Amino acid sequence: MRLEPIANPGILRRLGPPALAIAGSFLVASLLALIAGGNPFAVFGAILKGAAGSKFALLETLNRATPLIFTGLAVAVAFRARLWNIGAEAQLYAGAVVTVMLGTGALHWPSLPLLVVIGVTAMLAGALLLLIPALLKTRFGVDEVVTTLLFNFIFLLFVSYLLEGPLKDPMGMGWPKSARLIPEARLPRIIDGLRLHWGFVLALVSALVLWVINTRTTLGFEMRAVGQNAEAARFAGIPVTRVILKTALLSGGLAALAGFSEVAGLKGSLTLDLSPGYGYTGIVVAMLALLHPLGVVVAALFVAAIFVGADAMSRALGVPSYLADIMLASALLMMVLAILLSKFRVVRD
Amino acid sequence: MTERDQAQHPVLRLSNITKRFGALCANDDVSFSLAKGEVIALLGENGAGKTTLMNILFGQYSADAGEVEVFGQRLAPGNPRAALDAGVGMVHQHFTLAGNLTVWENIVLGTQALTAPRLRARAAKARIADLSKRFHLAVNPDAKVGQLSVGERQRVEILKALYRDARILILDEPTAVLTPQESEALFATLREAIGLGLSVVFISHKLHEVMAISHRVLVLRHGRLVAERATADTSREELAALMVGGAVSAPKIAPMPPGPALMRLNDVSSKGEGHAPGLQSVSLSLHGGQITGLAGVSGNGQGALSDLISGLAMPSAGQLEIAGEAITNWSPRRALARGIGRIPEDRHHTGTIADFDLTENAVLETYASDFARHGWLDWAAARAHAEALIATYDVRCPGPDTAIRLLSGGNMQKLILGRVLETKPRIILANQPVRGLDIGALNYVHSRLAEAREQGAAVLLISEDLDEIIALSDVIHVISQGRLSPPFARGTMAPEALGRWMAGDGFAEVAHAS
Repeated sequence: MRLEPIANPGILRRLGPPALAIAGSFLVASLLALIAGGNPFAVFGAILKGAAGSKFALLETLNRATPLIFTGLAVAVAFRARLWNIGAEAQLYAGAVVTVMLGTGALHWPSLPLLVVIGVTAMLAGALLLLIPALLKTRFGVDEVVTTLLFNFIFLLFVSYLLEGPLKDPMGMGWPKSARLIPEARLPRIIDGLRLHWGFVLALVSALVLWVINTRTTLGFEMRAVGQNAEAARFAGIPVTRVILKTALLSGGLAALAGFSEVAGLKGSLTLDLSPGYGYTGIVVAMLALLHPLGVVVAALFVAAIFVGADAMSRALGVPSYLADIMLASALLMMVLAILLSKFRVVRD
Repeated sequence: MTERDQAQHPVLRLSNITKRFGALCANDDVSFSLAKGEVIALLGENGAGKTTLMNILFGQYSADAGEVEVFGQRLAPGNPRAALDAGVGMVHQHFTLAGNLTVWENIVLGTQALTAPRLRARAAKARIADLSKRFHLAVNPDAKVGQLSVGERQRVEILKALYRDARILILDEPTAVLTPQESEALFATLREAIGLGLSVVFISHKLHEVMAISHRVLVLRHGRLVAERATADTSREELAALMVGGAVSAPKIAPMPPGPALMRLNDVSSKGEGHAPGLQSVSLSLHGGQITGLAGVSGNGQGALSDLISGLAMPSAGQLEIAGEAITNWSPRRALARGIGRIPEDRHHTGTIADFDLTENAVLETYASDFARHGWLDWAAARAHAEALIATYDVRCPGPDTAIRLLSGGNMQKLILGRVLETKPRIILANQPVRGLDIGALNYVHSRLAEAREQGAAVLLISEDLDEIIALSDVIHVISQGRLSPPFARGTMAPEALGRWMAGDGFAEVAHAS
């Protein structure tokens, strides 16, 4: 048996992988739910209800999706250019640190300019954080998978130091926690009384902007060319190194916006548990979206719904909420397999 | 066994081997046999099907038709293990050694159970020492392979085959990476081997080696066995003619006075990549209205020269001049801006991006200069451009939205040609522009290049096909080991004479004379 490439995959084959991956993850989850003593239908019903069954649940899902859209976009833009950014987690925290540094009283400006300055500076911080591994890659050929991954640990330890030292809240009763943002530095809610902040809108706009960049600009074309075939791109005169560095800036900036939006929109201060691995989950989101910016929005909503729903389901049925992690993991594995099968067919010799 | 028996029972017999890769027929009904103690040379241009044939014999490919017999036994197709067990040893063009292991570990790798390699180290080393003495293959069994020279690595490969009791040795372009001295040592080993009753298939496109070592020569062209000669009854000149054939029908090249020198290389040297040599003090002028042909066996510095002209590399010494101006800052984009059109050697990996559609590939070099404003791409204009190229250059395809990997090589090349010629380049680098193309596409590419010449462009045509070079070129240079021969005007050189230069002979004479 061997794999043979398919010349021209039809629309069914192209939409197949995400559908198959999601179906597969449900299948695996059903089996595990049975083992855990729950009825799969009841479990999925409870997840759905928990994720979208009420206004509160729905808003919670949208809130949870917001950082995932940012990190998903960060990963998608990098992976499209074959820049393997595994460090969205660190870049997220870089954005959060900047938000806290500027938003807890260092600048006393009106809300809008303050938020713009904080957002842009946060993006710069995340961008610079990814620029280091990108430079190591283009200059010395250092594998960015390793460097970006290790940066996550280094940067989290750095944040831990900041929260125990310079950024520690004097009123925090000794907890490793930053001071709270001043009200002007908070992202307001979209509608009064509803727990959903403008970060969500910013995420949607970012997805749209990235989509436009990808399809309409020279940079988008260059990023894709470098990702598909760097040798041909270089031969054709595309400045490969510069494109990789620009991609890094864009990707790091987007991941940092996740930290900005979480701190300024939701939490109001920085703690070490700001992100339960949004940077890593962003990889799953980007892969499920086949690296398409608008797909990232859909995938992030799906992933957020599973997480939020699984918590509710766990409270209601007593089936562990780890099920959500397993569903995501299996969805990713199935996705990889399904992508392979959508491009190749199995031939018997 | 009497001699007569031996003739009737060859150690190796290939019967009617046919192998296709898609539309390409790599081997077409090839049959031959090999006697005990005989050296057969398999001669042919790149892409003639030599390596494919040997990979079938060694079981790496299975043939679509035909069979392989070793010592009278039919060999199971598609199984290298069966070939090894039957006594066939292959030394690949690209070595298959683990650099982090020692010589003896590499040699015994796969012959002993992995669980107890230490146990038989002493016996293995003794056997290796014996083999290396008998076959004059000096190599330290405890050295790490990663630290060996190329010649030493090849000796390890041969020892590996001998260690497995190979009775038939297949050597795929064994001298391609060797210095002349190392080649001589290899030949001594091979003579030793046939003296001990081994048989050898020697794949090469270097004529003097074939003449030096083989008993019989088989010539492959376009996958077919076109000639078989006893080495004693043939000559280099005859073999050269058989190898390149006479199938190329070229456009008429009317004589025309040469224009100004558009590009000059003054004593340019550059670094080679991997085993390929760089350039050694090469001086070359490309004149407008001329096709300059660069003949030579591939891997003799053509890559370095075309990288230089394409903008991918800078000279390490010497000067590159365009229209009289010395170049100090050089990149593919600058080369394009200076009016250099490039047709790369590898149209699949360098010339195009396989999953990009025709529109995207058509504007790959010009998207920024011609199809964008302030960073915004004008896809409508790009698409129109692609459609125009498709129509003008007769690219057969379903449309501009087709991924280019779905096109045949000829149509892919026509799109590249169109992409290059539409920019009205003053200098055109055409590196192996017709390799692998069918006759129709081949003629098309040639006549378009001839047209560009008539319009005053300077064309540098790099090819391994001597007939193509001779038919099209106003001036011919030969490249060998990174050195460039003096220019030969049209009609002054016979293929045989050029062949001697290609083999590196002429350079010696020049050096001698000076």
